[in-house]
Amino acid sequence: MIRSRILPILTVVAAIIAVWYAFAVILNAPFERSAAERAGETIGFVELLPKTMAQQRPVLPAPHQVAVEIWETTAEKSITSKRSLIYHAWVTLSATLLGFMMGTALGILLAVGIVHSRVLDKSMMPWIITSQTIPILALAPMIIVVFNSVGVTGLLPKALISTYLSFFPVAVGMVKGLRSPETMHMDLMHTYSANRAQTFWKLRWPSSVPFLFTSMKIGIAASLVGAIVGELPTGAVAGLGARLLAGSYYGQTVQIWSALIVAAVLAGLLVGLIGWIGGWLNRRMGVREARA
Amino acid sequence: MLSPSPKAETVISTSALDLVFETNDGPVHALSDITLDIKKGEFVSLIGPSGCGKTTLLRVIADLEHPTGGTISVNGLTPHEARLKRAYGYVFQAAALFPWRTIADNVALPLEVMGLDRAERDARVSENLELVDLAGFEKKFPWQLSGGMQQRASIARALAVQPDMLLMDEPFGALDEIVRDHLNVQLLKLWAATHKTIVFVTHSIPEAVFLSTKIVVMSPRPGRIHEVIDCNLGADRPLEIRETPEFLKIAHQVREGLAAGHAYE
Ligand SMILES: Nc1ncnc2c1ncn2[C@@H]1O[C@H](COP(=O)(O)OP(=O)(O)OP(=O)(O)O)[C@@H](O)[C@H]1O
Ligand SMILES: [Mg+2]
Repeated sequence: MIRSRILPILTVVAAIIAVWYAFAVILNAPFERSAAERAGETIGFVELLPKTMAQQRPVLPAPHQVAVEIWETTAEKSITSKRSLIYHAWVTLSATLLGFMMGTALGILLAVGIVHSRVLDKSMMPWIITSQTIPILALAPMIIVVFNSVGVTGLLPKALISTYLSFFPVAVGMVKGLRSPETMHMDLMHTYSANRAQTFWKLRWPSSVPFLFTSMKIGIAASLVGAIVGELPTGAVAGLGARLLAGSYYGQTVQIWSALIVAAVLAGLLVGLIGWIGGWLNRRMGVREARA
Repeated sequence: MLSPSPKAETVISTSALDLVFETNDGPVHALSDITLDIKKGEFVSLIGPSGCGKTTLLRVIADLEHPTGGTISVNGLTPHEARLKRAYGYVFQAAALFPWRTIADNVALPLEVMGLDRAERDARVSENLELVDLAGFEKKFPWQLSGGMQQRASIARALAVQPDMLLMDEPFGALDEIVRDHLNVQLLKLWAATHKTIVFVTHSIPEAVFLSTKIVVMSPRPGRIHEVIDCNLGADRPLEIRETPEFLKIAHQVREGLAAGHAYE
């Protein structure tokens, strides 16, 4: 079972790394050629190849360069160090989690309101959808600057951007989930003369759990993006976004790519964790396991 | 005594009931001029071809659908008032169990809604699961039970409310003949023991004749009552009664009624 899952993943990873190496060589070669030209030499492919993978500031760093950088900035640094990627990842993660929790709560509240009130359904939904058409890159600096001006800095403004991005999938998913009970189940509650609260807690809410977890997976990935974007405009000193920004100021492409990879791994872990909790809850609720 | 006495009180009374569904394809006349009295303790079957309004009539009694004309009273009240007093238990064509609840918790669902305390709920759950032969399956989830067992659980759930009236919409329609026979016998026993009023929708002539004290033959477009056939096969009804001349005579009468109802289409 595990082998049949791991093998395709490893194959894809291997393919990506191979393509990555190929592009590293192609993209970094012109720099080496022009350097050789300036020195009045011609350079053969065999000499060129290792050089393209060992540049200080490559256009595209080779995978092993990134791997070494990640190793040096995680395992070989104390986590409190400003040069530790784990420290920076934690800064981003804390904003992500706070924003995600607020976004999920907001999304659920909106969905509950929308499902129970026709007025809210008509009035809120267009605004919720409009809110997501504003590019976050335009909005993030404003949020950060406005909060900075009233003295709120650090975690909260970033978390709010995460909230802004994550409430939407949760709200949409939960509206669908809370409306998912079959007519027959709704009729059944009706024959018991159940009130709205009873129908909500005994039928709508349990029906919506699978929808909640699906949308939370999207929500947490969006939250991470939000937190990183929130670190860009202020030139923050900590966080994965700050590493990206600092890396691009100084042309430290290896640092940029390290931060990107760590962000991707973090996103994968967060999404996986939510999926795992969702699966666990599903089993606890007695829902038949899908055939593996 | 099996058949209700003529003096027995009328629990469901409809008069010139009409129901028109407004659909995108124009109005659908689901019920037309339904006048029917059902007395306490009767077992009434509604039979008729698909689309003749059997389900709709049951849903009107249950206050799940609202008539567009005529009058109806349930226990002397409007269907709405009767529903609020939980006058009936409704059994759907599918078991409609909540997949995330165990069998015991499914049966307890209406009792939770009614606000009964834990001890009372537990007592009623085990009593009614026993009644439908499901003792020992309390902790199972619906998907772990066969279709017939699920339907029995849903009957236990309806009975747990302890209603005087059961409204059943083709409860055994999806089951195989053997399970169906078995459940028919059980239902009959239950009815004889509890004197509940039962309104039962079915497509099956033998089922209707076997179970009922009164068979209402309906015909479609517009859905209306074609004929009401009295049917009383005595208190003791083994399955074998279905081979007796009396049984076959009533079955024949129902079949004629159904054919005639179809004839003037
Ligand atoms: N909610 C609804 N909206 C519109 N039309 C409906 C609705 N419910 C039922 N009808 C129509 O009313 C008519 C009677 O339907 P009903 O479900 O009562 O039939 P039935 O006798 O129970 O049929 P079956 O034996 O197939 O269950 C049908 O023509 C059906 O299409
Ligand atoms: Mg029907």
